[in-house]
Amino acid sequence: MSETSSHLQDIQDKLGHKVLETSQFRGDDVIILDPLELRETFRILKEDSALHFDFLSDITAVDYWKKKEPRFEIVYQLLSLQDGKRLRVRVPVSEESAAVDSLTPLWRGADFMEREVWDLFGIKFTDHPDLRRILLYDEFKGHPLRKDYPVNLWQPRVPERPVDGTFVDERSRNKLLRLKKTLASKDR
Amino acid sequence: MSVPETKIDTKNLPAEIMELQMGPSHPATHGTIKFNLRLEGEKVLDCDVEVGYLHRGFAKSCEQVTWTQVIPYTDRLNYASPLINNVGYAMAVEKLIGAETPPRCQYIRVIVSELSRIFDHLTCCGMASSELGAITAGFYMIEAREMIMRIIENLTGARLTVTYVRIGGLKHDLPQDFADSVNRTFKIIRKLLDDCDRLLSRNRIFIDRMSNIGVISKEKAISYSLTGPILRASGVNYDVRKTNPYLVYDQFDFDVPLGTKGDNYDRFVCRIQEIEQSMKIVEQALKSLPVGPVWIEDPRFVLPDKEKVYNSIEGLMHHFKIIMEGIHVPPGETYFAVEGGNGELGFYLVSDGAGRPYRVRVRPPCFIAMGAFHEMIEGYLLADIVPTFGMINMIGGECDR
Repeated sequence: MSETSSHLQDIQDKLGHKVLETSQFRGDDVIILDPLELRETFRILKEDSALHFDFLSDITAVDYWKKKEPRFEIVYQLLSLQDGKRLRVRVPVSEESAAVDSLTPLWRGADFMEREVWDLFGIKFTDHPDLRRILLYDEFKGHPLRKDYPVNLWQPRVPERPVDGTFVDERSRNKLLRLKKTLASKDR
Repeated sequence: MSVPETKIDTKNLPAEIMELQMGPSHPATHGTIKFNLRLEGEKVLDCDVEVGYLHRGFAKSCEQVTWTQVIPYTDRLNYASPLINNVGYAMAVEKLIGAETPPRCQYIRVIVSELSRIFDHLTCCGMASSELGAITAGFYMIEAREMIMRIIENLTGARLTVTYVRIGGLKHDLPQDFADSVNRTFKIIRKLLDDCDRLLSRNRIFIDRMSNIGVISKEKAISYSLTGPILRASGVNYDVRKTNPYLVYDQFDFDVPLGTKGDNYDRFVCRIQEIEQSMKIVEQALKSLPVGPVWIEDPRFVLPDKEKVYNSIEGLMHHFKIIMEGIHVPPGETYFAVEGGNGELGFYLVSDGAGRPYRVRVRPPCFIAMGAFHEMIEGYLLADIVPTFGMINMIGGECDR
């Protein structure tokens, strides 16, 4: 118990005022971080030789609608591969901004996880290389894991997407043009 | 009609970048997934993975039902190892409650987890080898898998949707002849795996298709948050059973097989060796299985005996309250990870003190592995997608949730 709390103390010393709160629950170390300059804070957590949280297990979010202010919390699960220590980092995000720094420059695996959070919660990740929907389709309206999204809401069927401009059409047109060209030259 | 005399110079065909959509339902990829590929000849230049075809709102559904009613949903995540999902979820809730299950329950949970892991690895290796044309080896492994399935069926009453583990215990104890049937089965499985080993391990076609294909380096594997056999094939010694021992794993003697190159062949060998290690764990656990109850003794979380329910008003009310309101999990949040067949299977739970979960998040190992798929396949040939994708063992139910 005392060892882990000293561990949290170490993190607090290294990160200074960026740590808003530290706590322990059922043996899990939890810190709450300031969303400002989040990437730099994570860089310290990752690269500092004493902390060395080099493995990003998971990124997810929780919507505390009408329960907490700010409304969202992004939850990162970090792991140190050296000694198997885990750390949970929570970052509060308000509904108005709904954006945090992307961690893709630090961990490339953050790509898919951040896309999922954007898809299901509508929280943007700045500097993410390719922030698209991942589990749902592009025409989907809203973000279903938000608590104000009704469970039984039906969305309209997606009409057939136009094939114009997609490569299938373009390629077949090219092929057709080429075929026409050769046929025309043969005629002469 | 005269044939035009045009001779095609096959050495210098014009190279044009071709775009190809592979999937969502392709016979060589066992799963509903789409690859948007850019090809130069047969070489893959760019691969964009599209997942989500089996998305059914697992997390949203879990928020609507009681804590206990989530367990059947977890069966449908990785349906090649439903028991590990059950165990992972139940243990995450128990961690939130602060309860510890009796030793017999923990041993049985270890046994069923390892049986599921064998099942998972046999599915993956069998499918991958039959996709490469080694259909005999594939059928041998499916036969072995069927035997594990029979044991699980005998134990739980279902083949895939088992729903065997409960919060605070198990549905029921092991059947009478369980240890005998497991030992008998393991003997046959070892023989079958020996046959597969002879068929595959020095098979020229198999090695050519698997070795040095889909390579991912140690650093990249960590950066992509890969876990399980894929990470261990790259040479990183990370197994949740060893780094953060849960249940009674620290009491068993087993090794974690590691690869060196991080290619498909290493992944295959890692999985095959893990089957042997899992069988070792099950045998040790069956030998030292303690006697005792399989449920915690806490009426707040455990259903009363049927005798009490039908014969006393208190028992009936107790039963009714747990079924209708759900068990009351104290407010808080927790993350608990188990080693699934494909890697770290984590459950992040948030409770607000009510009878229903406030948030259930699964860390799906194969969803995250699909995030690294483009890194594994770029620069290789189109046909290499089949073994690489096969060795990830993507399970749609878990990937898309």
